[in-house]
Amino acid sequence: MKKPNKKIRLPETEEGGTLFNLDPLIVKQHYEIDYLHSYAQDSPFFAGLAKGVLLGSECRNCNYRYATPRKTCMYCGHETEWFELPATGRVHTWTTCYYAGEVFLKETPFNLVLVEFDGVDTLFLSRLVGVETGEISIGMEIRPRFLRNSRFKATDVYFVPAAPDGEEKK
Amino acid sequence: MKKVYLISGGVTKFAKANTAMDFRAMVRDAYDFALAAVPSLDPAMIDGSVISYFSDHFSRQLMAGAMVHDFLGLCPKPSRRVEGGGATGGLCIQSAYEDIASGRMKLVVAAGFETMSRVNTWKGNEFIALASDTNFDFPLGGFYTGYYAMMVARHMHEFGTTPEQMAMVAVKNHGNALHNPFAQHPAKLTVEDVRNSEMVAWPLTRLDCCTMSDGAAVAILADEETAQKLCDRPVLVKGVGTGTDCMRMADRPHGEVILLPHGKKEDYENLKYPGVHSFRAGRMAAKLAYEQAGIADPLEELDFVELHDAYTSSEIQTYEDLGLCRYGEGGDFVERGAPFMEGIDYGLNIPEKGKLPVNPSGGLLASGHPVGATGIMQAVFALWQLQGRIGKFFGDDTLQIKNAKRGLIHSHAGTGTYVAVTVLEAAR
Ligand SMILES: [Zn+2]
Repeated sequence: MKKPNKKIRLPETEEGGTLFNLDPLIVKQHYEIDYLHSYAQDSPFFAGLAKGVLLGSECRNCNYRYATPRKTCMYCGHETEWFELPATGRVHTWTTCYYAGEVFLKETPFNLVLVEFDGVDTLFLSRLVGVETGEISIGMEIRPRFLRNSRFKATDVYFVPAAPDGEEKK
Repeated sequence: MKKVYLISGGVTKFAKANTAMDFRAMVRDAYDFALAAVPSLDPAMIDGSVISYFSDHFSRQLMAGAMVHDFLGLCPKPSRRVEGGGATGGLCIQSAYEDIASGRMKLVVAAGFETMSRVNTWKGNEFIALASDTNFDFPLGGFYTGYYAMMVARHMHEFGTTPEQMAMVAVKNHGNALHNPFAQHPAKLTVEDVRNSEMVAWPLTRLDCCTMSDGAAVAILADEETAQKLCDRPVLVKGVGTGTDCMRMADRPHGEVILLPHGKKEDYENLKYPGVHSFRAGRMAAKLAYEQAGIADPLEELDFVELHDAYTSSEIQTYEDLGLCRYGEGGDFVERGAPFMEGIDYGLNIPEKGKLPVNPSGGLLASGHPVGATGIMQAVFALWQLQGRIGKFFGDDTLQIKNAKRGLIHSHAGTGTYVAVTVLEAAR
């Protein structure tokens, strides 16, 4: 048997660790990951946002119309068809968030709304922009706007009051 | 089906951060507590376990359930993990119930935990919001309080519920918790304190919301023969019910109310149900549990309720789902004082105090909400109520409901996506 070579050493850096506490020992662990996320059957909805089109899905078997993408009808199981949601909707309910999940904290405060549309059976969740808390009310007319530079996320569409002051005169 | 009994339970003290113990040690602590209460139980008699925790993100450890089972010294017996968002603990109890009811096992451990202090509060909120549709809902703000705020804003619009009525729930639950030594946030509050605390998502303030917790809870369930042998005051699992709804609340229908035995269709002629103001899953779970337990009028036939008050608003909405009052009357129910404890001075004028105590333990708002443990914590507190042992375990019998015979526990996930309701009854 050969004598152990005392010169064998793992190469080391000077990174060290980040310590929060000694007893108990609390250290920092970092974790991050990039996903290759597919919108799969919902892709036309997100592609639609990039074209300034807000798509819902309708079942032509039982005539139920969803304000969100649903590949198949939850009542009869038939495959749905895409349709363009009406140009205006109304606030079904709303809130203003002063806090949020960590990645959204920098965007606070922001308004959330569930939007109802005439002739559509379900609602659509979005942000409402350009109004203060005191100016929002259930039933107010709102319409979608789209980001010019699409990020291919649900936030590519947001809502604004249907007739903001001065807007229609231009 | 075989009869199933709850025979013992244990909890850790719930805390914002318990860094001295990891999840395995916390569950072990609650397990030893439960074992100590049934000294004739030899752990060799245990047939298996069901382990529950909500988020793999908080512990960043997959198969943490297997590690808990191992740490309890139960290998190589059967075990599995059960997960269902906020209802994780309630589903764990029901899963253990199924092991006994089916005859597969005679003695089962239901154990749950969550260690939420491992990330900051706002990252924690982000993790919780991953339990909403990550294509359509999460990117809007990643914030459950925002979702619940929208639901109660519609409840207010539909029924005239007020933020002051919601604040009364916080006064009650934090006040009750002053007598619960395991609770995380005992406090004597006023309605003004709640309304004046920081706005989180209108109309919900910081004191309208539960917080992050570290903690564990364990319940031990047995068949009739084993329960009689090991426990002087076993508690019968009288009925179980589970309900579900669409993950995206936007997709929920606006149709007809699901009626309980004592409900009337004519009460709801103009109500579109559930919309986003009510929890259809909670109503369905209650209906199934009441049917199995033979309950026709819950307000008269239950002695207390421990329900999932992640928000003051959802406690009010849940009174209605459980049929303690009609849809739309939840605000009035709390304002009249029905869910308050008889022997406590809350500094409020509440004529119907003590009618049906809800969250005598302090609920999630004040006891804490270590998600995977929460539904099991409710089962343990309910067990002690029905055994008449609140004084023994709390060292203070203020919260003991006199002659409590029947109680209900309610565990709720998502924006009302899963709900588990279990009716428990004193067996002797
Ligand atoms: Zn259909």
